Amino acid sequence: MFDWLFRYANPARFMGLSGALLPWLAAATILTIAIGLYLGFSAPPDYQQGRTVLIMFVHVPAASMATMVYFCLAVASLFSLVNRHILADVAARTAAPLGAVFTLLALATGSLWGKPMWGTWWEWDGRMTSTLVQFFLYLGYSALWNAIEDETKAARICAILALVGAVNIPIIKFSVDWWATLHQGESIMSGQVAPVFLAPLLTMMGGYFLLFVTLWLVRIRTMIVERRARSLMQAGAAA
Amino acid sequence: MNFDVSPYGAFIWPAYGLTVVVLGGMIVWTLAKWRAAKAKLAALEAKT
Repeated sequence: MFDWLFRYANPARFMGLSGALLPWLAAATILTIAIGLYLGFSAPPDYQQGRTVLIMFVHVPAASMATMVYFCLAVASLFSLVNRHILADVAARTAAPLGAVFTLLALATGSLWGKPMWGTWWEWDGRMTSTLVQFFLYLGYSALWNAIEDETKAARICAILALVGAVNIPIIKFSVDWWATLHQGESIMSGQVAPVFLAPLLTMMGGYFLLFVTLWLVRIRTMIVERRARSLMQAGAAA
Repeated sequence: MNFDVSPYGAFIWPAYGLTVVVLGGMIVWTLAKWRAAKAKLAALEAKT
């Protein structure tokens, strides 16, 4: 079923394909974010939020990426455990710092929106708390990788941690339904966002996604090169 | 485009500033690591 994927999971093929894709991805990222910002700053003030709706265009994409990156990390971890593929380990490991950055950004920009709209920087509500837990999961995952010297062992233990932590994804998603606390409910899929705000929001989400894919590919390439360098050094030391 | 964000400028500009700094920092950090790794591999390959 995943034969096509494993054909490209060969590090040499991956380097060739990603090298060809990266300039296009980088250009598409810049263009998409520029269009998103243009649409965002051209949108009128929201009738309830006023101009703070502008914060939504940087907060919502960061929050959605925070969860999506964890999903990617969990899928890569599953492939790492089941198929023991070296590229799956590298993909999972390199996604974690990016996910942590998006989660941190989601928490900080959400706080900057919350103060003028809710009157508080922080509240221990379901959505915010589960997102904070996700931030710590990213940090814990990266710390565990760095703490274990044997890479094969580290990959297996971290993959298990990532899969256990994946239980937090539905908690984040449905927290606004399960606990009627401060954070508002789902609004994009339920069609509650006016098109004038939905267009910049979706464009910025697309831009953030492209940015993640671009940086993820660069980081995977970096780790492949670092591993090659380490192999050369070990070969040199053995000779 | 309308850059008048009053009366919420104290929240909107920091949110955008933070986004630029954090995402910009992530881009710079990622590219710096890539360049360093490439240079190290090139130096090792030149040696062998």
